[in-house]
Amino acid sequence: MKHSVILEYKRCRGCTTCIKNCPTEAVRVRSGKATILNERCIDCGKCIQVCPHKAVKSVSDSLDKLEQYKYRVALPDPVLYGQFQHLDDIDIVLSGLLEIGFQKVFETAKAAEILSDYARHAISSGETRVMPQISSACPTIMRLIRMRFPKLIPNIAATVTPVELAAILARREAEAETGLPPEEIGVFSIVPCSSQVTAAHSPEGLQKPVLDGAFAIRDIYLRLLGPMKDLQKVKPLSSAGIMGVGWAFCGGESAARLGERYLAVDGIENCIRMLEEIEDGRLPEADFIELCACTQGCVGGCLTVENPYGARMRIKRLMKGLPVSRSRYDFRGGDRDLVKIDQELQYVPAFRLDQDRSVALEKLLKIDELERSLPGLDCGSCGAPSCHALAEDVVLGRASMEDCIFKVRERMQYMAGSGDADEYLPAPFRQRRSATRRAAEKESEGGSEI
Amino acid sequence: MGDLKLTYQVDGGDLVQAGEASSQMKMTLKKLGLPPEIIRKASVCMYEGEINMVIHADGGRVEVEVGMDAITIRLIDQGPGIPDVDRAMEEGYSTAGDVARDLGFGAGMGLPNMKRYSDEMRIDTTVGVGTTVTMRIDINNG
Repeated sequence: MKHSVILEYKRCRGCTTCIKNCPTEAVRVRSGKATILNERCIDCGKCIQVCPHKAVKSVSDSLDKLEQYKYRVALPDPVLYGQFQHLDDIDIVLSGLLEIGFQKVFETAKAAEILSDYARHAISSGETRVMPQISSACPTIMRLIRMRFPKLIPNIAATVTPVELAAILARREAEAETGLPPEEIGVFSIVPCSSQVTAAHSPEGLQKPVLDGAFAIRDIYLRLLGPMKDLQKVKPLSSAGIMGVGWAFCGGESAARLGERYLAVDGIENCIRMLEEIEDGRLPEADFIELCACTQGCVGGCLTVENPYGARMRIKRLMKGLPVSRSRYDFRGGDRDLVKIDQELQYVPAFRLDQDRSVALEKLLKIDELERSLPGLDCGSCGAPSCHALAEDVVLGRASMEDCIFKVRERMQYMAGSGDADEYLPAPFRQRRSATRRAAEKESEGGSEI
Repeated sequence: MGDLKLTYQVDGGDLVQAGEASSQMKMTLKKLGLPPEIIRKASVCMYEGEINMVIHADGGRVEVEVGMDAITIRLIDQGPGIPDVDRAMEEGYSTAGDVARDLGFGAGMGLPNMKRYSDEMRIDTTVGVGTTVTMRIDINNG
């Protein structure tokens, strides 16, 4: 699967920031440049956010792609509405989209409301579900669960994401309205993050992509500003209510389920921690868990313009005065399949040491042995995020023990014959202490001696 | 020429349909070509009243009369009634439950906003019987 997080080589200094912050330890530094281990990347965008040299970028589709299609449909994420100062009417954004190259707009918030209605009916119909149910909305979380928490795959709600449902419904409408053949209709999402860009081309729960491309909110924003100001007439295009627009921030999807006990978690590290707890069976009393990889939910995505808190504030203001919900899930045949995924989520064994369990055990023991001979500083100088990661890389044939700078110095000292460890050890590890230091250590371990 | 009379049934079953009646009324007022400021005032008054009716009173009926000089909005329910009207009018005071709060309601500004945006408001309520809120928005205000 091609990821949408890439490196700009000229800017990368080979510092250790990204490798230390990646939640799946998917980055290494080799020959002075960062490289991403594709099988471990979950497209969370953390590396993009933390890189001090702005060397990591998210790739989204170029707006030139619009020219390949005769009829272009925009699927704006409601996060887009929170990017503009002094906006008091969602219709202004939607009318603006019709001025920058799109002939039709279908809000993903509308699809979200249909999914919320479906969820409420599934709850009250008493369908058997594995509890707690986990939201399927965040593609990064889906990849994370498939890779690291496969035991929880049955807990994931078997529905498509709002943007996917929007694409399916919008395309049907466009084909009916225009009579054009499918290859002349382009359906594009306008997304807040790199994860949604990847998902547009490689959807989690669908066998084939339903989108022709994904544009970054950041790119569309620039094109929208002028036309929005110059709008002659604002068309009444808005079709979503409080429930659908609320999916833009963490907690919105949960609130729309009306009354289930739920947890809404934001931030990738928090999500990982929560998944560990669920896996251990420590959260029996929650019915639904919403996990958002980004701060405050989708408003915190890496392709946005506004900071997550400002965007959330604006969206909440825009929600005031909207009806609670403007769309229903239509039971009478047809729609039943549309909201559901058409392929089961598969386990991705990115962390497994070996297919053969006895070989994996041997490797684990070797890793342990090697790790014990490493300094334990987790300094990142070897290009791996931790001493444990280096040991694993060595056993898996990706690195060598000589990559550890302290192992090299140790060997040099040994060859030079001086024998004094303090000569080659870094400051945190030296043995010789001053008299003041020795006294302080004695006091702290002895307790109070008057 | 008589006044235009509009009636809306508000279903109090669950929160999902709340706000639809206000949405329809706003559309009707736009078609009449009333000044935007008046439409806004009437919309806020009706929206807040409708939400209150759904959250607290299990729905009811809304009657809107549009005349040359004023719009009158009457919200009639057979809910629990308001025991302490002065308290209910306090900004920040709300008896809304968790589900309503999760959707952004329950800040305690509903009744205060209705009073602020209308030119005259009256609450007739009896505990255990129901509540009628009547608001008038003048059209020819300066």
